Amino acid sequence: MRGEIESNMAVDIRLAGTRETTKRAVPDEIANLVTPGDVITSDTGFMRGHGTYMEDDKLHTSVAGVVERVNKLICVKPVKTRYNGEVGDVVIGRIIEVGQRRWKVETHSKLDSILMLSSVNLPGGELRRRSEEDEKMMRHYLKEGDLISAEVQSVFSDGALSLHTRSLKYGKLGQGTLLQVSPSLVKRRKTHFHHLPCGASMILGNNGYIWLCPTVSEETGTETGGYDQDLQPVTKGDRQTVARLRNCILAQAAHGMMLFDTGILYTYEASLKYPVKDIMKPEVMTEIIEITNHRQEVEGS
Amino acid sequence: MAGLELLSDQGFRIDGRRPHELRKIQCRLGIFKQADGSAYIEQGNTKVLAAVYGPHEIRGSRGKALHDKVLVNCQYSMATFSTGERKRRPRGDRKSQEMTMHLKQTFDAAIQTALYPRSQIDIFVEVLQSDGGNYCASVNAATLAVIDAGIPMKDYVCACSASFVSDTPIVDISYLEESSGGPELIVATLPKSEQIVFLEQNSRLHEDNLSKVLDLAVKGTKDVHHVLDQAVREHVSQVSAFENTDQS
Repeated sequence: MRGEIESNMAVDIRLAGTRETTKRAVPDEIANLVTPGDVITSDTGFMRGHGTYMEDDKLHTSVAGVVERVNKLICVKPVKTRYNGEVGDVVIGRIIEVGQRRWKVETHSKLDSILMLSSVNLPGGELRRRSEEDEKMMRHYLKEGDLISAEVQSVFSDGALSLHTRSLKYGKLGQGTLLQVSPSLVKRRKTHFHHLPCGASMILGNNGYIWLCPTVSEETGTETGGYDQDLQPVTKGDRQTVARLRNCILAQAAHGMMLFDTGILYTYEASLKYPVKDIMKPEVMTEIIEITNHRQEVEGS
Repeated sequence: MAGLELLSDQGFRIDGRRPHELRKIQCRLGIFKQADGSAYIEQGNTKVLAAVYGPHEIRGSRGKALHDKVLVNCQYSMATFSTGERKRRPRGDRKSQEMTMHLKQTFDAAIQTALYPRSQIDIFVEVLQSDGGNYCASVNAATLAVIDAGIPMKDYVCACSASFVSDTPIVDISYLEESSGGPELIVATLPKSEQIVFLEQNSRLHEDNLSKVLDLAVKGTKDVHHVLDQAVREHVSQVSAFENTDQS
């Protein structure tokens, strides 16, 4: 009996000392690398961008990163930072508070984002002025803990974001997996909603939140803005696909690769010869990533 | 402390260092996945972990929010096993409260607080092993963690301690030298501009000797800065190396 359990539930645990270090041979130090307090230039002809400050007529750095120059504007982009919202970005967020005519949404930004009652589509898609009835029903539509996909409508002066979900592709998210990567790894592209041929849908939020769920067939439709939730159990096959995708994306993120649909699909295909849970093993991860990198170079995506 | 010679006739200290030598510094950045920034530092036998969260919305009482700058919230704590004697250390005790306050003042001065109004930055510092210079190691670890989090600072903040033994100033003092009853000077600076952001002195030191000891401590912070800067550069080039190569 004991042996049976052990053989069925084998767990792969490694000592910290025997783990492969993820360090790779570093090429020579990157040019234009600066750390806080460095002087970029004492020429006053330049404009001060993000990550810099002016003191004694000299332009200093305030973060560690690479200097970027666009004409006369100098900025320093830190390697890792919180999400900086821009109008038009697709984000995924979690409702943390229901307030007066607005929801507070956590989007891994510096301040909580705001979703106004007037900038959501009501269930049923009717367009009208929001009445007091709607205000009372707010918690019925979206309550604390719900996940939503939304678009950035505007940025307030203090950096807080105002979101909207006035399109049927945005709205409440149902059953699926959320994962979080660094916001700098998500490319800004024309589309962030993908129906992958492996039978899963993916939303790549610009804020580094990624949503994976099984693709729902068109006739049942997601055209309700997500208010009608389908809570049918997801089949095992779908769950495995989603789990595999999740592990593939995490593997890519661990190797600092930019995330976009074709790249993720290549990784997914490269991982197919391994069981889902093995993808997280460092050596398997490295192999899959190498295959993906090679394929991307060959196909020149 | 008769019989304990802090500085030998040959000019060596108990642990074999010369008066102006720092202990060995080893550090790593980005050790936690969950935190926005994190760092670990070893200065000799003093080992400190730091984690930074934020800037984020004010949690807890909304009233603490500052409308024109970010709220820097620090928490200093020592592990039960950090000293020779095992002891439960509740977070609220006087010593760590004072340390928390000092850290807050230090980082308020260094972080560009005006950039993030109405938000909050949390800095958590945990001393894992204590062998003198806890404040210094905490400041150095927290600096690295803040840089790792990508939070804009005027400069690194580096801290270093110094003492004065038999007419010689000594730098980066260990627990033994700290507890021998001699004077102790702790200084935190912005090393590039040599601005002092924090200065603390314990027990008495003659005025004539102050400038000598202070100069050595400030030089110590510059040496610390050099080591930290190396570590940050290595970390940043490592992380951004693949990001650049993978951009297709």
